[in-house]
Amino acid sequence: MTSSQTDQNMPAASGASAPDALVVNGVSHAFGDKVVLDNVSLTVPRGTFAVLLGLNGAGKSTLFSLITRLYDNVSGEIRILGHDVRRKPGAALQRLGVVFQSKTLDADLSLQQNLLYHAALHGIGRSEAKRRAVESLETVGLADRAHEKVRNLSGGQARRVEIARSLMHRPGCLLLDEPTVGLDIGSRESVIGIVRGLVQKQGLGVLWATHLIDEISDTDLIVVLHKGKVLFTGRLPAFLATTGANSARDAFRIVTGTSSTAEAA
Amino acid sequence: MNVNIVRSDAPPQAQAVPDVEAPRLGPLAYLACFRGIVWREVLRFLHQRERFFSALVRPLVWLFIFAAGFRQVLGVSIIPPYESYVLYETFVTPGLVGMILLFNAMQSSLSMVYDRETGAMRTLLVSPFPRSFLLLSKLIGGVAVALLQAYAFLAIAYYWEIEPPLIGYLTVAPALILAGLMLGSLSLFISSVIKQLENFAGVMNFVIFPMFFASSALYPLWRIRESSPLLYEICRVNPFTYAVELIRFALYGQIGPRLEDGSLDLTNLYVVIGYTVFFLGAAVYAYNPSKGLIARRGGPGGGG
Repeated sequence: MTSSQTDQNMPAASGASAPDALVVNGVSHAFGDKVVLDNVSLTVPRGTFAVLLGLNGAGKSTLFSLITRLYDNVSGEIRILGHDVRRKPGAALQRLGVVFQSKTLDADLSLQQNLLYHAALHGIGRSEAKRRAVESLETVGLADRAHEKVRNLSGGQARRVEIARSLMHRPGCLLLDEPTVGLDIGSRESVIGIVRGLVQKQGLGVLWATHLIDEISDTDLIVVLHKGKVLFTGRLPAFLATTGANSARDAFRIVTGTSSTAEAA
Repeated sequence: MNVNIVRSDAPPQAQAVPDVEAPRLGPLAYLACFRGIVWREVLRFLHQRERFFSALVRPLVWLFIFAAGFRQVLGVSIIPPYESYVLYETFVTPGLVGMILLFNAMQSSLSMVYDRETGAMRTLLVSPFPRSFLLLSKLIGGVAVALLQAYAFLAIAYYWEIEPPLIGYLTVAPALILAGLMLGSLSLFISSVIKQLENFAGVMNFVIFPMFFASSALYPLWRIRESSPLLYEICRVNPFTYAVELIRFALYGQIGPRLEDGSLDLTNLYVVIGYTVFFLGAAVYAYNPSKGLIARRGGPGGGG
């Protein structure tokens, strides 16, 4: 069922060539008897925008929890730029940037204070952190509001700050868990545009979890996760070709066997 | 349905492809991280005026109302560290300072447990530093906030004619830090292990009130012994008793009572240190989301 990932990625650390941004290999996870992830494998090369597509409850958040080491992965392996998250958690987390689904900024603190706190969590000294805060906020177009409180921002702006924050320690791999949920169309496009820009300009590997199919573009790597299993990995043309569908939405419906597209609209 | 990954045309060999090796985390990085965590706790607290206010009101109500009414009922004879008869208000002040530490410890620990999967704790836990270090820093951040509250309370109490020697305001600081750390790690341990403590009312009933009342905070231990030997024994194993006594003596520039042969009795200090080390270890073990007891308690509430 899983895609035939080539094993050239697995001994990533040994190869002199640059390892992939993210490798998830044969990871399963269960809460009690409930299997949430079943032998999940996926690879996000550098400079790739990968869309993790799945309905609510597909296991996306659990996968993110394992990659960010909220839980230990019991089976399989997870590598971030070649570093195994279980054996070298420090090195792996240093190279990883995360935007969580829930809002995690301190509303009462200013944008800059939020970013400085995050920089400290990565051991970055204060003067360097201030330099990077300006730089990161410029990337997301909010440099002029550095001293405002987060409380005064709109939902889309707060998301952009969270992206800026995740860039403070210059990660090579970026995870975003449903970052556009609850945003209006304009904000959504702006957030997606910023992240796509990072992939193109800085060569980041991005894993973007969503249930919104219209966020896919032609060049993205698509990973369909359904009920804990990876049902498809590949680009959009292949997605349409294998399923014989006309649109990504239909293809998703065929692959997952779900009749209702309401959820995936 | 098997599809090969179409390896994209090689990733753009962009200017800024991030280097693979991350910088080593030396002592300076640890210091920056520690400072950042404590700084954020204090900053957040200072921005929440209501929290500061309500944290102060609680002990002040006890001091202004309860203690005033109680002082006619309960006479306190001369016991160290007091050198003369003291009013009940004076006696109860260290206990109320202890209460500030206790409430703070419980509040911050509870939020650490419930935020674990959603909010602020997740951003903390993706830090590359060891989790025990992160938790300890976070606990110390909480203690720093409690310290601010305790001093604000003591300042108001000063105008209520509770006037310990000036040096006491200095010597009480290490006692507050130690006691705060003990209560913080105890609270974190309790709230990680006992799932039933899901709300603050439960914590009040089952942790804060028993600890507070079965201690030397409100009445001297010899008084308790007269009325109930069993309660006396309970008070003597209660960590909070030792925290309060440590604070009481420190507030008068002393580290412990003098024994009859003139030597210092350091029991309070040793017991608090011992409990701190023990609870800290237990809390770090129990809290560790990936390995500890909290992980065995089951998965996240909802969502995939």
